[in-house]
Amino acid sequence: MNQSTSIEMNPTPVGLGKPTIKERLTQFPWWFVTLILILITTFTAITTQPSYTEAFNFIKAGLSITIRTTLIAFVIALFLGLITGLGRISRNVFSKNLATLYVEFIRGVPMLVLIFFIALVAVPAVVSGMNELGHWFQSQGWNWIANPLLALENKAIEMNVRAIVALSVTYGAFLAEIFRAGIQSVSKGQMEAARSQGMSSGQAMIYIILPQAIRNVLPALGNDFVAMLKDSSLVSVLAVRDITQVARLYAGRSFRFEEAYTTLAILYLSMTIVLSLVVKYIERRVRQDER
Amino acid sequence: MSARPMIEVKNVYKVFGKVVALNGVSLDIYPGKVVVIIGPSGSGKSTILRCMNHMEVESQGEIWVDGEHLNGDQKRLNRIRSEIGMVFQSFNLYPHLSVLENVTLAQRIVRKTDKQTASEIAMHQLEKVGIVEKANAYPSQLSGGQQQRVAIARALAMKPKIMLFDEPTSALDPEMIKEVLDVMLLLAKEGITMVVVTHEMGFARAAADEVVFMDQGQIVEHGTPSQLFDHPVHPRTQLFLSQILAH
Repeated sequence: MNQSTSIEMNPTPVGLGKPTIKERLTQFPWWFVTLILILITTFTAITTQPSYTEAFNFIKAGLSITIRTTLIAFVIALFLGLITGLGRISRNVFSKNLATLYVEFIRGVPMLVLIFFIALVAVPAVVSGMNELGHWFQSQGWNWIANPLLALENKAIEMNVRAIVALSVTYGAFLAEIFRAGIQSVSKGQMEAARSQGMSSGQAMIYIILPQAIRNVLPALGNDFVAMLKDSSLVSVLAVRDITQVARLYAGRSFRFEEAYTTLAILYLSMTIVLSLVVKYIERRVRQDER
Repeated sequence: MSARPMIEVKNVYKVFGKVVALNGVSLDIYPGKVVVIIGPSGSGKSTILRCMNHMEVESQGEIWVDGEHLNGDQKRLNRIRSEIGMVFQSFNLYPHLSVLENVTLAQRIVRKTDKQTASEIAMHQLEKVGIVEKANAYPSQLSGGQQQRVAIARALAMKPKIMLFDEPTSALDPEMIKEVLDVMLLLAKEGITMVVVTHEMGFARAAADEVVFMDQGQIVEHGTPSQLFDHPVHPRTQLFLSQILAH
């Protein structure tokens, strides 16, 4: 009854699979250590050299704008991107073409130009459109909806807000492509299994496809968040006082270009390194879950 | 036969681009019968199975399930599909959900069954396929045979009138085929209507009430297992069987 089914094991040589010193040296991330050294040197300068301290204290005032602009714009871009991504794969001719038009338009125009265009052309156009709509509602006697529309004023919309709109509309198109790829990366059998159980295509999308798709694209979304943090420097052209803009102001006022732009570069670098590490961690978790 | 067929396939054609997958197939499947469809690859056997719950929509002809015509009505199609269990070659378990959640999800959102009842039904079905101890595991932690048994439990949890099996053992390692076939044999004995596309002739002989041989999108021969396996009439059937039994 108690027959053993295991086979006799050969002894495994000791130390098999351990990396040699040479292998360890060649695989060591020297670049990362160097990067950290650069950061340490600069932050030492910031704390010890008065000219650097002054530059840093001036520029750090822009940090909250940079971070807030990036965070808010990214959240909006996620929504825009998900909806547009779904539109891209929709069988509905109208949604599909509208989504594709949006994505292709954004992809075909430089981001700097898009920021000017959205903030200074598109936003005013939408505001005047709303005003027109308000006039029409007023003529119908629907004042409760007409009044808030008529109250909209182009001049009243701050550049900070326009910057957020510009960044989120731009990145919405990029994220749409990520979501689309994520949805298409889920095997066809998943949709079939869900539909064969009587789920509608919407239910299958919400319960089966999207959870898998979003998990697959988390690292890509993280990378785009890092990219967006860097691209947020472009909103300085709208005179939004992010770190880039205040660094420019400081450099122009003090003529200390070295201090201003070294500090600025190091600030972006510190933020992106931390975020990249977070993205790497997420990436590893996602891969682990797949097993 | 006096009873109304559970599934009626009426002169169905299916064309993929220029390829004719089904070339005028008619087949009645009666309640409680186990019908096994065999044939070479590309014979249309999977396509006809997938037409039975409109995973593929026929180009011409009609499919009737339990007296209802499968037409463009999505709502009705979803209801009919929820009463037809389907088991796939590649299992298609939901990888982001635990085994238990795999078996309860459709009950919850399609049938609106409450959580407690759904779990009870799920555990009962998992017990039946002999995998209840893996209820909290994730599909990726299971062997192929175990995954396929969970897939069967997932289909059974909807209390289907019909079970469709699309080459359920073709993606399995040889040592795992038996555990899946054993579960299918158990179901066959319980009297649920089953349509099975398979290459497992041993299963066909043991479990089938009827065997259908298809080739080039048509039904070539249709009969009891002993008629088809022991006294095949058509030369095409004879050739196929000699090839499959020779290796």
